[in-house]
Amino acid sequence: MGRYSRELTVAAVLGILLVALAIFAPNFFEPQPLLSRLASQMPALVAAIGMTCVLLSRQIDISIGAQFGWCAVIAGVLAAAKLPLVVVLGGALGAGAAMGALNGALVAWLGLPSIVVTLATMVTGQEALRLWQQGRLLDLPTGLQWLGFGQTAGQLLLIGFALVLVALAAWALRRVAAGRFIYAVGSDAEAARLAGIEPRRVTFGVFVFMGLLVGVAAVMNVVQSPQVQPTCGDGLELKVIAAVVVGGVAVTGGRGRLWGVVPSLLLLASVNPALTHFHVQAYWEKAIQGAVILLAVLADSWSRRKIVSV
Amino acid sequence: MASLLQLDRITKSFGAARALRGVSFTLEPGEVHALLGENGAGKSTLIKVITGAHTPDGGTMEVGGEAVAHLTPARARALGIASIYQQPALFPDLSVAENIALRLEKTSPAHLVRWRERRSRAAELLHRIGADIDADKEVRALSMPEQQLVEIACALGSGARIVIMDEPTASLTQKEQHLLFAVVRELRANGVGVIYISHRLEEIFALADRVTVLRDGESVGTNRVDALNETALIRMMVGREISAIYPPSESAPGEVVLRLRGVGCAASGVHGIDLEVRTGEVVGLAGLVGAGRTELARILFGITPSDAGEIQLGEPWRPTLRRRPDPAEDASTLPEQRPPGPLRPVAIRCPREAISLGIAYVPEDRRRHGVILEMPLAANTTMAIHPQLFPGAWLGLGAERRLTRDFIRALAVKTSGPDAPGGSLSGGNQQKVVLARWLATKPKLLILDEPTQGVDVGAKGEIHKIIRRLAKEGLAVLLISSDLPEILGMSDRIAVLRGGTIVAELPANADAHDVMAAALGQTGKEAA
Repeated sequence: MGRYSRELTVAAVLGILLVALAIFAPNFFEPQPLLSRLASQMPALVAAIGMTCVLLSRQIDISIGAQFGWCAVIAGVLAAAKLPLVVVLGGALGAGAAMGALNGALVAWLGLPSIVVTLATMVTGQEALRLWQQGRLLDLPTGLQWLGFGQTAGQLLLIGFALVLVALAAWALRRVAAGRFIYAVGSDAEAARLAGIEPRRVTFGVFVFMGLLVGVAAVMNVVQSPQVQPTCGDGLELKVIAAVVVGGVAVTGGRGRLWGVVPSLLLLASVNPALTHFHVQAYWEKAIQGAVILLAVLADSWSRRKIVSV
Repeated sequence: MASLLQLDRITKSFGAARALRGVSFTLEPGEVHALLGENGAGKSTLIKVITGAHTPDGGTMEVGGEAVAHLTPARARALGIASIYQQPALFPDLSVAENIALRLEKTSPAHLVRWRERRSRAAELLHRIGADIDADKEVRALSMPEQQLVEIACALGSGARIVIMDEPTASLTQKEQHLLFAVVRELRANGVGVIYISHRLEEIFALADRVTVLRDGESVGTNRVDALNETALIRMMVGREISAIYPPSESAPGEVVLRLRGVGCAASGVHGIDLEVRTGEVVGLAGLVGAGRTELARILFGITPSDAGEIQLGEPWRPTLRRRPDPAEDASTLPEQRPPGPLRPVAIRCPREAISLGIAYVPEDRRRHGVILEMPLAANTTMAIHPQLFPGAWLGLGAERRLTRDFIRALAVKTSGPDAPGGSLSGGNQQKVVLARWLATKPKLLILDEPTQGVDVGAKGEIHKIIRRLAKEGLAVLLISSDLPEILGMSDRIAVLRGGTIVAELPANADAHDVMAAALGQTGKEAA
């Protein structure tokens, strides 16, 4: 095990759950519902890439749910105006990057704590969106759903795209200097600064990257349904942060890898359907997810204590 | 009379690592007992056993003649064992009086706080150790040495019979050291036993009655200090004779690399600095803590940019890309030096600019600003040279590991390899890794701020040899050190700072008294 023990543990737990489902509730593996469930998790997976970077740099962004809602609505409005797909995508990404830049600027250059900054932008963003949309659902033009590929092909495309993004980001975190900078700044910002890295620039960049990925995720969400719900991002931040933490990234920055996010997100997302298939009341979902998160944090502190005392 | 503390064949292992292999140790009332040993020799583990932080695997422990088993930190405190750490563990947002009260008062949650009593007790304790500290001040506002004095006041107030001091003078000025020594002597006169850990041999000779040397988890021996001399003590510690403590200077200073004219920075209290540093020259910056030595280094590295005067440097440095140095010239992975060009004025506004101008700075606080403990050695080594080592934006991990291995060999870093995390190394080896990071930038000017602080004697000697070798290869070195013998032994020239400016420049063979006199602002010989 060693270095990858966390990733393997999470994957093993997921594996056990899947095997249990295969034995006791084989319905779970009916291809079409499974594919839909998988595809519906892909926006969160993409957002988790950004959140991994944010946590690694010792920050947090709890405004991504609000950002997600904005990006989705903007994409919906642009699409409803029959603008080409490039413009829709550009609008969502631009909006995400702009909101990320606002967070990043406040955190990096004004030195405000990220939890407070993003709490403020989350609340403001959510309420402003509600004020604008008044809870309306936006109808989308027919060509947009699944980008015209048909459901199965579209879902496979989304899943493939998200996994490619994860692979690229995991590679970049290890092999591109910017990835190293994120780890360095998250471990020890002052040491990084003395080594010629500019922590503020890295922090700013991480928030912008987060926003961009939220834009991508929002579009991936929009193309899955015929309508846009302004509240579609509610709760996304908790889901994504939970997945990243369970995947082995330390909230104290500088430690962890991206790969663990894939099994951990799938594990957390499988709790609800698994309960349904085991005929357990769905109210247990959050409690079980909470227990998983607690276990992950306990495992972290336990393994760290082991390292320190030797 | 029974010994205050008697340890008999204590053993302690962490996994496969045997930190203590049967150490025996006694402490008598009214004794200062120095504990010496290289880093990793088992000193901290032994201290943690005595304070109850670690439970020993074997052996017995007696406090005041009574056997103690299952010692916990709380029980150790109740038995009168107090320890004063290098980094005081006080609450920064509370006042001095509150901090002292928190240590001394056994309160139930409903207990009423008697503020007047707290204050007067704090003031009395501080007065007893001769510390001039306002008991109402927030600890945050105190300097590190003042915080240490507060710790000592706590120990005194708790009626401790056994006081452990772990490198208490590491960050103290000369004056504060004398104050501390007086406090230690007072403790001794009152029958307290003091366990004193320090890397500074002269302190041990000045203060201790007996000394126990640990090496590789075993006690090499306990001796009366007056029966030993420095050479004998060092031989006990490292198990081999170190012929000369400081390697002789072999380099001839060349052209001027750095010239300062009236440099100052209002924010950090440095003003009117005139100084020249040449290639192949080690210039020592002497002075008391707070005299402006570190502040000057921070100006030169762009952390607090100068706002007065002129900094001149040789021609801007252009990195030469060498993928793989010839393995035959193994020690020469250290930077190849090219003669600097004509001096020209430069502005250094941030560390990155300083790095690109060929300045390297090994900061004082190795743990906080130096090695990143979570990151592997390879990443630590190349942290400052990403743009050069990896011009194509992505990292050549192979090249990085090769470079790191070369440095591990060249600097004799004791580690399992480039993938070992920085936190797995001992202090001296961490310092070598920070040195490697900066040598990898191929600097023209290397600023070393307390490079051997908290480093064991063996590693200290190795770092000195490395500094000499670098100077010989043409590097200009600015050496900041509070260790006067180190400044005297290593420098080709000594600049003494006091009150934020250079008050004297002395040659290599300067007298310790002259340096101290200049640093203290005295003219006579009775300084120091």
